[in-house]
Amino acid sequence: MATSMNTKNKNPNSAFERFMNNLEWGDVVMWAIMAIFVILTIFPFWWVLRTALTSPNSVFTNPSSLTPVNTTMQNFERVLGLIDATALAAENTNISAGDINFWIFMRNSFIVAGLVTLGQTIFSSMAAYAFARFEFPFRDQIFFIYLTGLMVPGIVLFIPNFVLIRQLGLIGTFFGIVAPTFFMTPFAVFFMRQFYLSLNNDLIEAAKLDGATAFGIFWRIALPLIRGPILTLGLLTFIASWNDYLWPLLVGRDESVRVLTVALSIFRSQTPQGAPDWAGLMAGTVVAMIPTTVLFIFFGRKVVDSIQFSGFK
Amino acid sequence: MQKTKSKNSSPSLLSQISDNQAVLGYLFILPSLIGFLAFYLVPAGRAVLISFQEWNLLSDPTWVGLENYRTLWEDDRFWRSLRITLLYVVFNIPLQTVIAVVMAVMLERMHDAASAIFRGLMILPWLMPNVVVGLLWLWMLDPSLGIVNVGLEAIGLEGQPFLGAPSQAIASIAGINIWRHAGYNAILIFAGLKTIPKGLYEAAAIAGASRTRQFFSITVPLLRPVLVFVLVTSVIGSFQIFDTIAITTGGGPAGSTSVIIYYIFQQVFERRINMGLATAASVVLFLILISVTLIQMRFLQADQSDLADYQ
Repeated sequence: MATSMNTKNKNPNSAFERFMNNLEWGDVVMWAIMAIFVILTIFPFWWVLRTALTSPNSVFTNPSSLTPVNTTMQNFERVLGLIDATALAAENTNISAGDINFWIFMRNSFIVAGLVTLGQTIFSSMAAYAFARFEFPFRDQIFFIYLTGLMVPGIVLFIPNFVLIRQLGLIGTFFGIVAPTFFMTPFAVFFMRQFYLSLNNDLIEAAKLDGATAFGIFWRIALPLIRGPILTLGLLTFIASWNDYLWPLLVGRDESVRVLTVALSIFRSQTPQGAPDWAGLMAGTVVAMIPTTVLFIFFGRKVVDSIQFSGFK
Repeated sequence: MQKTKSKNSSPSLLSQISDNQAVLGYLFILPSLIGFLAFYLVPAGRAVLISFQEWNLLSDPTWVGLENYRTLWEDDRFWRSLRITLLYVVFNIPLQTVIAVVMAVMLERMHDAASAIFRGLMILPWLMPNVVVGLLWLWMLDPSLGIVNVGLEAIGLEGQPFLGAPSQAIASIAGINIWRHAGYNAILIFAGLKTIPKGLYEAAAIAGASRTRQFFSITVPLLRPVLVFVLVTSVIGSFQIFDTIAITTGGGPAGSTSVIIYYIFQQVFERRINMGLATAASVVLFLILISVTLIQMRFLQADQSDLADYQ
């Protein structure tokens, strides 16, 4: 498993000494390259924040300042609908006039990502347990067909799914946006099955001798043991769902169900004459980055470990 | 861990079900089976069916046989979208993979605590929505106000049009996606590096092999299974590039970033809705992806792991 691969036996006391002793030109070059990678990775995020905190006019008059110019929270207040954007736009041609309420879009994103995470994690986890631990007719055949689903590119399914959702009259509803990923994804089933397969058999045999039913074993032994991977799957599912764009663009453009990614793209295309409303757009972008950033701060290590795991499937 | 109590032996239907693996198995997979049938299996079949029809969603579909595929064959815009997609893959994959390998090798040489922090930082772009990444770079690459051109001009270089010129747009998109994915791939490759036994390097060093020699004779061959995984998934992903383009260029300028998925999207949402043509194009894309994957696996001999010989 991924977590055990990270641990190397090193004496922490000597690490720094050894580092200094072994410092060669190769290391200097390495750290220099690493520093460039880190700056290239981090700087764009700073630039988004810097622009979002800069007053809309200064974005145009002062494009080279590395820190916010005329620092203001006005852009955030504007995209969150806390101040009247139309009145502001009448005086200032650098901002877009449309009423934008990112509170609603953020709420919609939370509803969609929350539902998908809940449904997909529970149902995929149940299915994975059955594939790993129960004996039933056609078990392996059904699992194999699930796996072939991993091979089909999204766009092949999007069009018939769009037609289906349309025929069911679910365009512009949360259920329409959520449905295709609510019950399962082949990856989620595969991912969880690996963990159920690796469960300790002794515990399960002991529980059987104790008279536990098959369901009892799942509920009281397997589930608690697998809490970590379930949390990981939940995290990955939430992030993927939060980031999703093409599918919600197809079925959920209505303002009442519009998610943040779709809202941002519509905001971008509603640009007034000339240059886009960069200050407002970047404020909206910051809003869209918040949940992922928070999850990352709390669970970053878990996400990295799970990615490492997925390389060995 | 709770101790499991033995159930009292009332032979109720519920307790019988809860110990019957066949019944329980199907109950457990039922929700996922509904989802799989409704949104994977049936739509996959339906996609093939629709590709043989002419259908604008408003009137009933009519059966046209292979007509849609013939239309694709004769449509210059379809061929152009394939060429642009291929160009994107060529810009994207080699550079992204080389950067990821360099990052991974450096991460592996670091102290564990340092590498954990750097891995965390490098995954950040991948965690952000494509839409956010697209907007962010659209702003940074803005020809007149973007910080990239402002910086270039500050050090005496000429500003570039980037996304604004047909000659640079698709390369710029590739650059944006390299930024988003290099760290993610580096983490995958890093995990692969961790599986290579340290003893091999020590033995090679004693035998007098240089660092470079060690890299190409030990690291690269033993990393092959992970490299195959990274290459196959990133090539498949690259062929399906859409979000970044929809946000930054909308297929332009002058159609220079109209990739295959964008072509399909246009068939569904431009004035003349043509579901048949759209699905036909998506089926063609599927066939291309399958072939590319098989060729890649064969070429890279994915099923053989050199590591097995050493363990």
